[in-house]
Amino acid sequence: MKAGLWEKNLLELVRRTSTDLPSDVEQGIRRALRREKRGTRAAWVLESMLANADIARRESLPLCQDTGVLTFYFSVPVGFDTNMLVARTRAAVAKATRRGYLRINAVDSMSGAPYETNSAHGAPVFDFRQGARKTVDVRLVMKGGGCENVGRQYSLPDAQLGAGRDLEGVRRCVLDAAWHAQGLGCAPGVLGVCIGGDRASGYAYAKEQFLRRMCERAATDRLARLEDRLMKDIARLEIGPMGMGGRATALAVKAGALSRLPASYFVSVSYMCWAFRRRGVLLGPEGGVNRWLY
Amino acid sequence: MVVLRLEYPFTAAKVRELKLGREVLVSGPVHTARDAVHRYLFEGGKPPGDLADGAIYHCGPIVLGREGAWLVRAAGPTTSMRQEPFTPELIRRCRVRVIIGKGGMGDGTRLACAEHGCVYLHAVGGAAALMARCVTRVDGVHFMREFGPAEAMWHLVVKDMPAVVTIDARGRSLHRRVRSASARALDAIVRDGPLT
Repeated sequence: MKAGLWEKNLLELVRRTSTDLPSDVEQGIRRALRREKRGTRAAWVLESMLANADIARRESLPLCQDTGVLTFYFSVPVGFDTNMLVARTRAAVAKATRRGYLRINAVDSMSGAPYETNSAHGAPVFDFRQGARKTVDVRLVMKGGGCENVGRQYSLPDAQLGAGRDLEGVRRCVLDAAWHAQGLGCAPGVLGVCIGGDRASGYAYAKEQFLRRMCERAATDRLARLEDRLMKDIARLEIGPMGMGGRATALAVKAGALSRLPASYFVSVSYMCWAFRRRGVLLGPEGGVNRWLY
Repeated sequence: MVVLRLEYPFTAAKVRELKLGREVLVSGPVHTARDAVHRYLFEGGKPPGDLADGAIYHCGPIVLGREGAWLVRAAGPTTSMRQEPFTPELIRRCRVRVIIGKGGMGDGTRLACAEHGCVYLHAVGGAAALMARCVTRVDGVHFMREFGPAEAMWHLVVKDMPAVVTIDARGRSLHRRVRSASARALDAIVRDGPLT
């Protein structure tokens, strides 16, 4: 087991995630720009976002200074040593912090003291599952506080929203979340939605939707129709880039469903900012790069 | 869009000229302040220098290096709304004239801006690499030991930092307008009929 190789490639994964906006997201911003009138504030904001992505990629600088919560999704072969992966990932994250790809961003909740390594109880977040392949599939999502703060969870029925336990109820919840977010989550963002689950799994699954590419269809036709309808609806809010007015309020809605208890019907909405940092890599059994994802 | 330059010192007269929705390029010293510094100042703590006719920047940058040789790698704005409870007092007491952040602020800040002559400038959230390029110098840092690097008060000198006036010194707020227009739109969208 080559510890150095694992660390090197995990560090490269963090660097790419922090500095290199995925092409599907960038194309989404370009599409949004084409729909805005030239010379408007909205167009200017979107152009700034594209210029920022360009500088960040070329100069290997973080897209956003809030390098966020790091969630690592690992899918590992049968019998693979996950403790090793945690240790190597923590080492890579510490190194990425020293090199300025990450801000010192994990803070002790009791004392307020920052963790210089970004490694602590609860940071980074790890998700492990067993995969069918012989390679280790690692995906990293970095999500800043601005957009994390505007996430919302609903328990249906919700009398105030007039939201019952059906897809129309879900639609009203997501619209409410999009409206409340205004520009605070750095619009135009991507809304990850989970129908069902419990309060913990609902949010987790809403966030897993961010692993889907922008063009990736939903798991079922009904979910896909919900996504399409919500995109049309949200466009009419005219909250616009950074909430300063305009057409581009969301780049995408990505919805999934989990089973639920008869007594519960949760709708969880997680908001991802336009600086949507998501990368992945397939690593071989020794930690060498098999293929970069996204 | 015709771009306007706003240069230090940010006097009341200059600031009162700025119209809602105008794009401006800011040049001069800006002091970063976010959650910890705001609370400290609000609770009566002394600012490390005179903030009169100055600019506060809601930002927790990524800075490498050491005293005298700082390297700003990322310096975009953070969400301003968290500072809403503290900001009217900050404007009144410290005579801050420019607040730069993202996401907008509430009625307390809007009214304080009108009363004392201050504007809120909206920078593009997330555009940290672009903003870092506008930083020409770091004139030091305060509260590093107390609050850590993200919460410290960095004294940055910026050149042509792009932003939009979204709360002017006449009591007008673009955020308020977008919020109420989008609320009316939301009503119509919901009424439009159920999803089947």
